[in-house]
Amino acid sequence: MTIAATAPKRGKLAAISAAGSSPGVPRPRTAYIGIGLIALGLMVLAPALLTPFELRQMGRFICYAMVAVGIGLAWGRGGMLTLGQGVFFGIGAYCMAMHMALEDAALRGEEAPQFMGTFGVDLPWFWEPFHSPLMTILLILLLPALLAFALGFSVFKRRVKGAYFAILNQAMVFAFVTLLVGQQATLNGSNGLSGFQSFFGFAINDPANRQMIYMIAAGLLIVMMLVAYWLMRSRFGELLVATRDAEERVRFLGYDPAIIKTITFVVAAVMASVAGAMFVPLVGIISPAELGVVPSIAFVIGVAIGGRATLFGPVLGAIAVAWAESTLAENFPSGWSYFQGLLLILVIALLPGGIASVGRYFRWKRAGSRFRKEAEA
Amino acid sequence: MDVVLSQLVAGISVGSILLLAAIGLALTFGQMGVINMAHGEFIMIGAYVAFVMQGLFGSGISLIVAIPAAFLIGGIFGVLLEQILIRHMYHRPLDTLLATFGVGLILQQVARDIFGAPAVEVANPAWLSGSVQILGTNVPWTRIFILALVILVVAGLSALMAYTSLGRRIRATVLNRKLAETSGISTRWTDRTTFFIGSGLAGVAGVTVTLIGATSPTIGTSYIVDAFLVVVAGGIGKIKGAVIAAFSLGILQAFIEYSTTASIAKFIVLIVVVAFLQIRPQGLFSVRTRSLA
Repeated sequence: MTIAATAPKRGKLAAISAAGSSPGVPRPRTAYIGIGLIALGLMVLAPALLTPFELRQMGRFICYAMVAVGIGLAWGRGGMLTLGQGVFFGIGAYCMAMHMALEDAALRGEEAPQFMGTFGVDLPWFWEPFHSPLMTILLILLLPALLAFALGFSVFKRRVKGAYFAILNQAMVFAFVTLLVGQQATLNGSNGLSGFQSFFGFAINDPANRQMIYMIAAGLLIVMMLVAYWLMRSRFGELLVATRDAEERVRFLGYDPAIIKTITFVVAAVMASVAGAMFVPLVGIISPAELGVVPSIAFVIGVAIGGRATLFGPVLGAIAVAWAESTLAENFPSGWSYFQGLLLILVIALLPGGIASVGRYFRWKRAGSRFRKEAEA
Repeated sequence: MDVVLSQLVAGISVGSILLLAAIGLALTFGQMGVINMAHGEFIMIGAYVAFVMQGLFGSGISLIVAIPAAFLIGGIFGVLLEQILIRHMYHRPLDTLLATFGVGLILQQVARDIFGAPAVEVANPAWLSGSVQILGTNVPWTRIFILALVILVVAGLSALMAYTSLGRRIRATVLNRKLAETSGISTRWTDRTTFFIGSGLAGVAGVTVTLIGATSPTIGTSYIVDAFLVVVAGGIGKIKGAVIAAFSLGILQAFIEYSTTASIAKFIVLIVVVAFLQIRPQGLFSVRTRSLA
């Protein structure tokens, strides 16, 4: 295959790109066993062993892990640092929250959510589509896809480079949050939407329904991991890595890097949006505080620590970091910030491939010393 | 007509603050291709320097003392950051972004532990209170002070880049690092000095933002995005670009804000920048530098 030539497994290009980000796609057996184990852990062990409160926490971590799968694709495989996932997460979350808020209002026999009453406004036009469950699901998928396409394609087509893309992304988050906070009367501003009663007709406080929502989230994460794996294994995945490592060469071969990058960005955006949509019924609140510049970078931290270019690194990293935060931050609220900052600095500076690359690093070291011995002999 | 003039004045005022926050970045990001997310926290450090100086000297002269002090302290933090972390990552700009974000998290927490999470107030000196009537608009003296300061900073920086040997060394290093090295320029020293100036200017920006608002550990976060946007739109490597971009964005924001709200104005400004990058992907002006990954 011609593409394989542009994405050498070893050699100069692999050496240029971050250590450990060389192919790193597991063999099918490893991948399916790994995904199966994660599924087993999340869908069988966790519900059996955890208390309802802990399971709720786990549901939140699963949402972060879904975002992480997309970031792993876009950043790890594609070299596009997406600092704007908060926007897509927020779009999904607000779509779902608006639908659930309207559902609650209908249960009470009212037209609009309660907070609007205090501002004395009628239901704004952009709430209307969220009366329909089907429309809500469609918008959760389509809105982020359209936005990601518009931004991604326009930026990549003009060959705006990675650093600029990251900054534009970040500005997008900033603008989005400012916009949300400004919508006091129509989206409850910085308080966000909360206090939901029902999820597509299921009472949200019923433990059985809670478990069902958790299972849906875990199932979606497994599906996303499979999608990510198939993408990585496909010809498209090879093109993506080739684009990351040698964009010009890919262009000379007749492919359009802009389209490859845009598709990946769209996939990552939709994953973040679905994560946001599941976050709302699981956690019960969505507010601009969950989406800002800092939370958006926090999404990236787990991916960086777990291993950006691998299949399992982003998911395990995201869950581990979120878990560490919720347990550590309870006991040492200020210590967590230091720890998080330090961890980020150390991993990025010393171990750009993340924890998933430790094994490969040692193998590389050993191979290196053997090579040196042979050279000396 | 009055509206146009008053919004123009407001826009210039917003632009001057944007420019102060961005001018240091124009050096470190523009000249060196390093994405220093901790730049926002250097602004915060400058703001707290102003707060501490107020405690030491009272609010009369503290501003005058605080500006050089903040420049020095911000600069020292910058050199430390460059020396310890950034110099190992010059070929990985996206990674500098994340690593310096980690530094920012730590600095924010340090500020929170020292000064507490709630915002503190820096009182404006008496000689800057009140306002003056310009073109039918009341402009506070503090805003005029900031504008004057930014003019001084830009003039000083331009002169430094154009006429001093340090400026020539910086420009040479940016244009062709290897050739500069061969010509006997210590690029390591140049990098450190560039970082010192850039970070020092963030400190100065921090002092001035205390004139227009409260100081909190997260104050840097609110400026960093805007500052980067200015540098991106202005194009890398040119102070002129940052100046024009800062004032254009400031004026644009002021005008949109007049007919809509602050949040919608921010949103539209971003869209304008994205659209503008369609026409000029490298920003308004740019010199060839080490390419950004």
